Amino acid sequence: MDAAAIFERLQARFGDAVVTFDSGGEPAVRVNPSAIFQVCEYLKTDPALGFDCLSNQSGVDYPKRNDIEVVYHLYSYRVRHACVLKVSVARDNPTMPSVWRVWKTAIWQEREIFDLLGVVFEGHPDLRRILLPEDWVGHPLRKDFVEPTEYHGISTKRESML
Amino acid sequence: MSLGGYDVEVQRPGGLATEEMTLNMGPQHPSTHGVLRFIVKADGEVMREAIPDVGYLHRSIEKIAEKVGYHGFMPYTDRVDYVAAMPCNQGWGMVCEKLAGIEVPRRAEYCRVIAVELNRIASHLLSVGSMGMDIGAYTPFTHALREREYINDLLEELCGARLTFNYMRIGGVAWDLPPDWVPKAVAFLDRFEPLIDEYNALISYNKIYVERLANVAVISAAEAIDYNLVGPNLRGSGVKYDVRKDMPYSVYPEFEFDVPIGTGEVGTVGDCFDRYIVRIREMNQSCRILRQALAGVPEGPVLTKVPRKFKPPVGDAYIRLESARGDMGWYCVSDGSEYPYRVKIRTGSFTATSIIDKVSRGVMLADLIAIVASFDLVAPEIDR
Amino acid sequence: MSLLNTMPEFTVTTKIDEMLNWTRKSSLWYMLFGLACCAIEMMQTGGPRSDLDRFGAVPRATPRQSDLMIIAGTLTLKMALRTKVLYDQMPDPKYVISMGSCSNCGGLFQLAYSVCDGVDKVIPVDVYVPGCPPRPESLTEGLLKLQEKMMQEKWLVRRGEDESVAAQA
Ligand code: SF4
Repeated sequence: MDAAAIFERLQARFGDAVVTFDSGGEPAVRVNPSAIFQVCEYLKTDPALGFDCLSNQSGVDYPKRNDIEVVYHLYSYRVRHACVLKVSVARDNPTMPSVWRVWKTAIWQEREIFDLLGVVFEGHPDLRRILLPEDWVGHPLRKDFVEPTEYHGISTKRESML
Repeated sequence: MSLGGYDVEVQRPGGLATEEMTLNMGPQHPSTHGVLRFIVKADGEVMREAIPDVGYLHRSIEKIAEKVGYHGFMPYTDRVDYVAAMPCNQGWGMVCEKLAGIEVPRRAEYCRVIAVELNRIASHLLSVGSMGMDIGAYTPFTHALREREYINDLLEELCGARLTFNYMRIGGVAWDLPPDWVPKAVAFLDRFEPLIDEYNALISYNKIYVERLANVAVISAAEAIDYNLVGPNLRGSGVKYDVRKDMPYSVYPEFEFDVPIGTGEVGTVGDCFDRYIVRIREMNQSCRILRQALAGVPEGPVLTKVPRKFKPPVGDAYIRLESARGDMGWYCVSDGSEYPYRVKIRTGSFTATSIIDKVSRGVMLADLIAIVASFDLVAPEIDR
Repeated sequence: MSLLNTMPEFTVTTKIDEMLNWTRKSSLWYMLFGLACCAIEMMQTGGPRSDLDRFGAVPRATPRQSDLMIIAGTLTLKMALRTKVLYDQMPDPKYVISMGSCSNCGGLFQLAYSVCDGVDKVIPVDVYVPGCPPRPESLTEGLLKLQEKMMQEKWLVRRGEDESVAAQA
């Protein structure tokens, strides 16, 4: 099934208010943040769609649009097709439901997005920093992140020897 | 009581209570394949849970991509997975080519396949060797390193580096195959292929080895997919899926090769031994691909012209390829400028680490080492 | 020892020094401290072809048994604090080889937000081996340089007193 057909199925099920089609770049389905869990559950359990694997989950920061986009790349080992979901959340209060109950792999992938971009996933069982130390300040993959000048007394700048 | 396949008699004389103990393993530990830390809660020798603590090698590669531009990022991709750097090079090349719609010359695709498959063998050798070392046999490691050196020599002749190759470019590869290189590579294969049987004789079916690995940390196919295990780890669970076959890219459809899967020959499907033996069998398949590729390298250029100020159109692209650690995802967002807007690398080791917590419950402490080794984790791939 | 300490430097003591240094340099046990890419090259250096064992250097798994720490790889800020702990656990006299541009100065990752630019910000370094990654030959050369350095050391004087004793002599 290609992206347009998948979108039609989703549209028939959830209506225009929840899903819209995004054809800029790779064709994707834009989903309302509050409904992402239901959409994902449907995508997984519907026999014709059967997306049993969350292949990749990443976050992109758009300060100009004032939102953070979470992108889901789904893949179905059973039906052998792929699909892209995009969800935008507000940048100053990035909260959205977690999908870890649908795919277990989301537990770590969401932790990474929380760590690097600061998106809070509601209902996540263990939302802690994963890559950076616990006492780190800020979310580095945001565009306006300022590098700290020192960490526990270790300065992070090196003077040029020249 | 059954623990990871063993029948263990837990004796508590006089009904003595036991106490849970918290142990720290790593980040500096000789058998954790780089800097990886576990917080182990154990009751005697039995693990209650082993929580991985990663990030000790988080080098912010994804952020650096936003600062150095498309061409400049190529050397950094070597460092994403230094054991198998060629597939990472190829991944970055492929995602940029998809963004900008660039065609890669056929000779370049052959060079890529040859380089990637050689690197895959080198990576699997290290994995197999360190598997031996981790569970107590030092000799296989030196055997594996001995062959690895020959591959390093070949790759060094090809691109000038032993480990961090920086061989590929957006739109092709940097160097053509050197003169007289192909016969050398074929000679290596002639030498190497019989050696795989030697490894099997030396370690794979060694009784101690089998006992340590069989029936430990069994992962079912559904679980493997749920946790997004990829590559040999997924195939070890019996899922016949290889990106090279099922979502073909580059010139892989032109080659004949099989996808080995775990069959549970000494234990249950999806145990540590299956994940291990899949790697050994993949080396055979890589040799097969290499022979076909080396015999059929077409003439032509190896690099298309790509502007130095490479500016792909606005949009995003996601590609998947089969690296040595399995399906690797590269996601790149372009805003039309000289610098990538966002790069995300989804690696096999990251998702494999996330399942360790689950499979380590109730197994013996010493088996944690076998589990970690069987996933073939590489620390920078987890942390990037 | 204390008697020898009070003596001016005779030929005898320098010979003893040399002897001590020679024995120590010939059994440098290094700690397996692979951090990143350079660790693979370190393993290959200890492997069959370059064979670091020729110089009496064998890998140890724990800091408490080792004389030498080869920092092979990128030191992140999260790891830097641990490295200090590990270094403190090594018994004196101890040496550090910094292997690869990352641990020398940050190398490729100077642009990164989470990388400590150079291990010498955390612990003292004796020999810097350049390269990204250094070939096994260069690491061997680094080890030989360290052995040269060790041969210069004087042990029959109490640490910290050596200059004054040398001045008297
Ligand atoms: S110096 Fe180069 S090879 Fe060594 S750890 Fe740094 S990036 Fe990797």
